[in-house]
Amino acid sequence: MTARVGVVTFPGSLDDGDAARAVRIAGAQPVRLWHGDPELHGVDAVVLPGGFSYGDYLRCGAIARFAPVMETIVDAAAGGLPVLGICNGFQILCEAHLLPGALTRNQHLHFRNRDQILRIESAGTAWTNVFQPGQEVLIPVKNGEGCYVADPATLDALEAEGRVVARYVGVNPNGSQRDIAAITNPAGNVVGIMPHPEHAVEALTGPSLDGLGFFTSVLKHLVGAPA
Amino acid sequence: MTTHPDPVRDTPEAVPATPAQPVQPYPAASAGQADWADRVDTVPRAEGTPEELQPYAELGLRDDEYDRIRHILGRRPTQSELAMYSIMWSEHCSYKSSKVHLRQFGEKAPPSDRLLAGIGENAGVVRVSDELAVTFKVESHNHPSFVEPYQGAATGVGGIVRDILAMGARPVAVMDPLRFGAADHPDTARVLPGVVAGVGGYGNCLGLPNIGGEVVFDPCYQGNPLVNALCLGVLPVSRLQNKAAVGPGNVVVLMGAKTGRDGIGGVSVLASATFTEGSEQRRPSVQVGDPFTEKLLIEACLELYDAELVAGIQDLGGAGLTCALTETAAAAGTGMRVWLERVPLREPSMDPHEILASESQERMLLVVEPAKLETVLKTCEKWGVLATAIGEVTAPEPDGQPGRLLITWRDQLVVDVPPGSLVDDGPVYARPMREPADLILLQADRAETLPRPSDPDALRETVLRMIASPNLCDKTWVTEQYDRYVLGNTVLAQPEDSGVIRIDERTGLGVALSVDGNGRYARLDPYHGAKLALAEAYRNVVVTGATPIAVTDCLNFGSPEDPGVMWQFAEAVRGLADGCAELGIPVTGGNVSFYNQTGAAAIHPTPVVGVLGVLDNVAERVAMGFVPRPSGDHDQLFLLGETHVELSGSEWAWVTHQHLGGVPPQVDLAREKQLGELLAAAARVGHVSSAHDLSDGGLAQSLVESCLRYGVGARIAVPERFEGTSMPFVFLFSESAGRVLVSVPRGHEKAFTALCAEHGVPWELIGVTDSTGGALEVHGQFRIGLDELREAHSATLPALFGGVQPVELTVQDSAVEAAPVDAVEAPVEADPVASVEDAEPHAEAVSDGVESPEDDRPVERAAPPVRQQPIEAAGEQDTATDAPQGQSSADER
Repeated sequence: MTARVGVVTFPGSLDDGDAARAVRIAGAQPVRLWHGDPELHGVDAVVLPGGFSYGDYLRCGAIARFAPVMETIVDAAAGGLPVLGICNGFQILCEAHLLPGALTRNQHLHFRNRDQILRIESAGTAWTNVFQPGQEVLIPVKNGEGCYVADPATLDALEAEGRVVARYVGVNPNGSQRDIAAITNPAGNVVGIMPHPEHAVEALTGPSLDGLGFFTSVLKHLVGAPA
Repeated sequence: MTTHPDPVRDTPEAVPATPAQPVQPYPAASAGQADWADRVDTVPRAEGTPEELQPYAELGLRDDEYDRIRHILGRRPTQSELAMYSIMWSEHCSYKSSKVHLRQFGEKAPPSDRLLAGIGENAGVVRVSDELAVTFKVESHNHPSFVEPYQGAATGVGGIVRDILAMGARPVAVMDPLRFGAADHPDTARVLPGVVAGVGGYGNCLGLPNIGGEVVFDPCYQGNPLVNALCLGVLPVSRLQNKAAVGPGNVVVLMGAKTGRDGIGGVSVLASATFTEGSEQRRPSVQVGDPFTEKLLIEACLELYDAELVAGIQDLGGAGLTCALTETAAAAGTGMRVWLERVPLREPSMDPHEILASESQERMLLVVEPAKLETVLKTCEKWGVLATAIGEVTAPEPDGQPGRLLITWRDQLVVDVPPGSLVDDGPVYARPMREPADLILLQADRAETLPRPSDPDALRETVLRMIASPNLCDKTWVTEQYDRYVLGNTVLAQPEDSGVIRIDERTGLGVALSVDGNGRYARLDPYHGAKLALAEAYRNVVVTGATPIAVTDCLNFGSPEDPGVMWQFAEAVRGLADGCAELGIPVTGGNVSFYNQTGAAAIHPTPVVGVLGVLDNVAERVAMGFVPRPSGDHDQLFLLGETHVELSGSEWAWVTHQHLGGVPPQVDLAREKQLGELLAAAARVGHVSSAHDLSDGGLAQSLVESCLRYGVGARIAVPERFEGTSMPFVFLFSESAGRVLVSVPRGHEKAFTALCAEHGVPWELIGVTDSTGGALEVHGQFRIGLDELREAHSATLPALFGGVQPVELTVQDSAVEAAPVDAVEAPVEADPVASVEDAEPHAEAVSDGVESPEDDRPVERAAPPVRQQPIEAAGEQDTATDAPQGQSSADER
């Protein structure tokens, strides 16, 4: 049976169609979820896409975490539902306290879009299990508020528990502490990533096909996961 | 969020005899009726006070224009009517100075069976397949962006996006041609970062990829930066929308943001007057953007279109509600009855004339059948978009005359006008025109006479200085602030020659878009300058392999009241119209921006031209970068077109000598067309691995850009006739039009050159790519490592505007860059460049006696011959004889 992967659309979501395309190319069935509908429609995993939910005129993701669909997702994540937050989705996961820390304004204060090399630090999550630890991948980064910050104790804990999922290699594009590009929760089912793997899934439109691994990982995870 | 106002029930005949239901939605404004009556200038009051003085001159209306309004109405206008006429008859809205010239775009337009909507609509729409059409337009937001760079630029993007949306299309990409004053001027450091952040802030938040544009610096734009914005949209042919307010009885719905005091008088105050001291005081005339609301507006409108709920739609841009109400009614010949107090206001104290003039952003006007109103309001509510029924379409007059626009404000009739009188019957001026007195002297001061670098060291230094100059340097500092990936259909984006967008994932159908202009060329010769802008945009599209089908333009000029400026404008329009006729592609829409002038100093005339092309399969598109090859393999580099000694108006003359004079390069659109057909054919069969347009900065610039794209070097041989003294410099820096640099994979050379001959395109083998050398080498002249090139090319903008490091290499690049760079002296016998030289035909005689007394340029020309077979042609002196039919060497022109 084809896995069903939900992609949430908030007002102001922008990369929702792209996340759905990546899910499709990875071989799963994308299911569009609506921010105002708490029902997850039986999906096996959820992607929170990039964008500017509710305009993000307040703190990024601060309003989206209160969306009806998020209440269901927070509960389901506690039960093991794989959740990937990309860019704005990462910000929402932090605001929803599914992941620690916060994403703040890029240190250089500019929006930045470039092709970024990442090193996969943890291949143990639901979204990175097809990668090798230490593998370098090329993924576009594009954000204005992608600077990951947390207190030193949290950062140390993330490192110690192997929960730093990916780091920026070369120039850090936004000033993130310890070059952190992606992190996961203790169970490894919730991952937040600032760069956009959904924009590296087609040779024609992306800088590489490396992003596809995030989406095939969750399919592999679902096959292995107990029903 | 959606409000459900009282149903619109009154018939227009009942007004004002039987006023509408009193509606008082804003308690804060519940002043006594008497107070309002005192403040509001009503139609009856206007009839009773014919002698009352009105501030028409302050609103930009001339005496005769004011008299005409009185004649149309048979009385003095009310305050609201005066505001409406002053806006709609302003230069910005009425095109009163440009109309007589713009007609040529229609008159000279080649027939096109693709055109679904043309000039006069919100944007032109062209069919690209049986099911799909695209719409695109470029517009200016120059004046607001000088006053308030961030919001001016942001709302410029917002405005053009709504134009595209109003045609029934989903906006899918934006581009931004930007022009600023001198790069190192302190005010440029204020304007540029704000404009770039504004373009990015709005477009990124809207989820539209930014796929290209221009960043140009010239002191002439110091007080008048040009912020032009282009938007591309895609629609199913069946979803095309119309702005006509058809169907008496239909409901008029205002959708989107609340109306505030921002932008009042934007078009009349800002866009239709010359800047003077104190322009900083005009900040309240600049609108403030809210991209989030616009994003919701887009999604809501598209859902309404798909459910076929919309009878007519118009965006609210410059001139706000006034423009939308009058244009929709005039387009249908109907009348309209509007209850102005129903307009949701941000500031309840606004007067009717302010509501009518407000340029608050993110608003659309819908015409909806009464039975569908409820569904429309529900859809808007789903997206959290405010939608309010504010009026009703009324029937034309019983005698067949168009209907009237009646607007009441709390039961008081404040507007009673024929809508067409504001839209179509505005003043039209054939303004006086005169060639600028200094033009003859300017044209006589040719850059071809300037001292040129004539030894290898000087040439090397020139290359490095030119690629670091503000206009030619790497623009990553700017473009990194734009999202180019969102929507997942960006096949090519800056720094490529064109942006390429896939519009049908199923078939691979896509479009290529480029937007170009050169103010210096147009200053020297506006007629040919406009043609050159068209030629460059056309060439930038064809290098991708696309077939051009439509043109849009943004005509940026000084004050039309200056006869010299008016002459420049007329010449530029004539050039563009003639050019489009020659190329066989129509202008489908555009924009005129006058009054780009501070005091007596006007900007260079700057026609910015956008060309759109179609690619049947975007997978076949050709990009500009040299492709890395395994060690020992290389592609051959061909220069297509003819190189003449053409340096006037060039980037080199400006950077090196601060010189602007002479006449711009010749432009031959028939040649451009041949070039386009060749490149489309070559792309289809995979004969070319890269193609890059030559324009500002000439061959040197294109070589450097193609090398740096993927970190692949090149070795170039200067053709024999360009040998000696300063001729290698001419080969590298001349800006002759109609030229393209292509790389051809091994095994394709013969087929490619045969194709060139078939299409009548002159070609010349000038070198090879070099994946391992890590340098750009020009034989016998210089060798510059790619690292040195990259550093020179990319350091300029970060040094000027700070903050951001130069672009990093990709994984692929790193591998290439890591290759040894020691292969300086390749063995001669194995050197492909050397063999190229051997195969080179001798130079055509530089001075071959074809001098023409009125133009001495042919003397300096060194046209490459047109050949069918490089080997056979080797050693031939006279190339005219073996030129294929239909071709001529340049000197015969």
